[in-house]
Amino acid sequence: MILTDEQQAILNGSKGETMAKVMKTLVMYGEAFGAEKLVPVTSKYNHLVTSFGLKMITPVYKLMDELIEAGLMSGQKFSMDPRPVDKNVPANFLQNLIFNKIMYTKQDFYEGQLAKLGLMDKNAFTCTCYMDEVGNKPNKGEVLSWAESSAVVYANSVLGARCNRNSGIIDIMGSIAGYVPYFGLLTDEGRCATWIVEVKTTKKPDAQLLGSAIGMKVMEEVPYVKGMNQYLGTELDDAACTYLKDFGAATASNGAVGLYHIENLTPEAKELGESLISPDAKVYIIDDKELERVKSEYPVVWKNKDAKPKLCFVGCPHMSLQQMKDWTDKVEASLKEAGNKKVLVPTVFTAAPDVLEAFNKTEYAQRLKKTGVITSYICPLMYMNNPLCGSMPVITCSNKLRTYSTARFYSEDEILVKITKEGK
Amino acid sequence: MKTFKGRVIAPGTCEAEALVTHGGLNTLASFQKALQFGDKMTTCSDQNNPDLYGKQMLNKALCLPQTIGSTTGGMVIYCACAMERQPACMLFSNPIDSLAAAGTILASVWLDNVNMPVVDSLGDEFLNYVKEGMTIKVKEDGVIEVI
Repeated sequence: MILTDEQQAILNGSKGETMAKVMKTLVMYGEAFGAEKLVPVTSKYNHLVTSFGLKMITPVYKLMDELIEAGLMSGQKFSMDPRPVDKNVPANFLQNLIFNKIMYTKQDFYEGQLAKLGLMDKNAFTCTCYMDEVGNKPNKGEVLSWAESSAVVYANSVLGARCNRNSGIIDIMGSIAGYVPYFGLLTDEGRCATWIVEVKTTKKPDAQLLGSAIGMKVMEEVPYVKGMNQYLGTELDDAACTYLKDFGAATASNGAVGLYHIENLTPEAKELGESLISPDAKVYIIDDKELERVKSEYPVVWKNKDAKPKLCFVGCPHMSLQQMKDWTDKVEASLKEAGNKKVLVPTVFTAAPDVLEAFNKTEYAQRLKKTGVITSYICPLMYMNNPLCGSMPVITCSNKLRTYSTARFYSEDEILVKITKEGK
Repeated sequence: MKTFKGRVIAPGTCEAEALVTHGGLNTLASFQKALQFGDKMTTCSDQNNPDLYGKQMLNKALCLPQTIGSTTGGMVIYCACAMERQPACMLFSNPIDSLAAAGTILASVWLDNVNMPVVDSLGDEFLNYVKEGMTIKVKEDGVIEVI
């Protein structure tokens, strides 16, 4: 890798030993991918993935302390992934004991470290930092040092920013140095599609199921998706962005997708069209039967496969404001249709703290409350990651949550029926 | 015995029993028990990985195409190394992915005395040939002996 004089001096220790280690980490990271240079991070804010103060991850706290003691604050303010605990979410005595006295005992300590390093504000805990209400929304072409797979794939694909699938800890190092290695999704070549996905379903596919199918097929490659304009249109309106948020999260968690293009819709596909497709691109055709196959192969790891669900999560990744309003309408209408007043399964809708604040200012908040649905800023994944919650029959329409936990996946339509009409 | 040659990401030598996954290793899902609940044997907790689920990863020669899933992946590998819960080595048939590379490099730069050789680009033939329980010898120059 060819470094500028300034970068080389930092690597040699001109700004101290710890800063030299930060630079060494970034240089080695780049060299593993053949990067020839470091380029400046140009976004206003960063986004970091490791938001949870788990007792066991002391190596992370030690590293953060090393950065703080060396005076290495992040060059950018940053948002974080969601907090792991929220008292609004149903939990029994034992679960609360595990959350607060065993698992996340370092949460306050860690948030103190993050504040010193450059946390945007106390509300900046969400996986959807790009929502207008949150304010960390990069512009097309900006170079990021983000982590969080669902945010990275959204920033690359829907916003047209440039970011690799960085890991936790690497994310903040790019911010501290102000540079990231130039490779992969930062380059024009790395943003070309190596898969063509032809969607030939008879109706609009469930976003998280379609994303899962594509993720599992293409893994970390870039898909160019055709056949979606009839369902999403050709403008990135609120509905299309919400769909792509959930679709992208599934591609990134069920596979390792960092960028996708949607024909005639996402910015680069609109601008460059099929010239984005590599000459030797493989083809994956998705029809109703293929989606059914993918869904039928999800393992159900509940001890009792016929158990009555004890909890339902909607909002992994966090919901948008419009999504919360739309779900409120749907839940109300479906309850009315079934002659029920409240949801039959305890249900939690999750969104960014700033989105929840905005939602609570609308008339929808009271209406949703009447249905019995709870709202929270929690990370459902962090809630599920313990033996007590893990053994609970939890249902979700999030394919990301399904992948990382024992939660059972149903499509959005199925979830609506289960929570409003069936209760099982 | 068959020999394969890859690219050295983290140098070192070791001899260990092979543990093989043909699908991507979901790092966060796989190391959850080890990192959150102190499982000292690093039992794979990824229910979606039939090759590895419920098997001990500690001190095994982990043979895989790549890692997938959450971008906490590198942090997870870093923590596993710091807590001495890591595999004996990680051997990738594909070029290494950004999350596994990050974890390997973080451990190499920020921790002392970590010995987890990492070799990538071993090719599909490597992953087709190696079977669980075979003995793996990792040489300093990225040569892998499968016995």
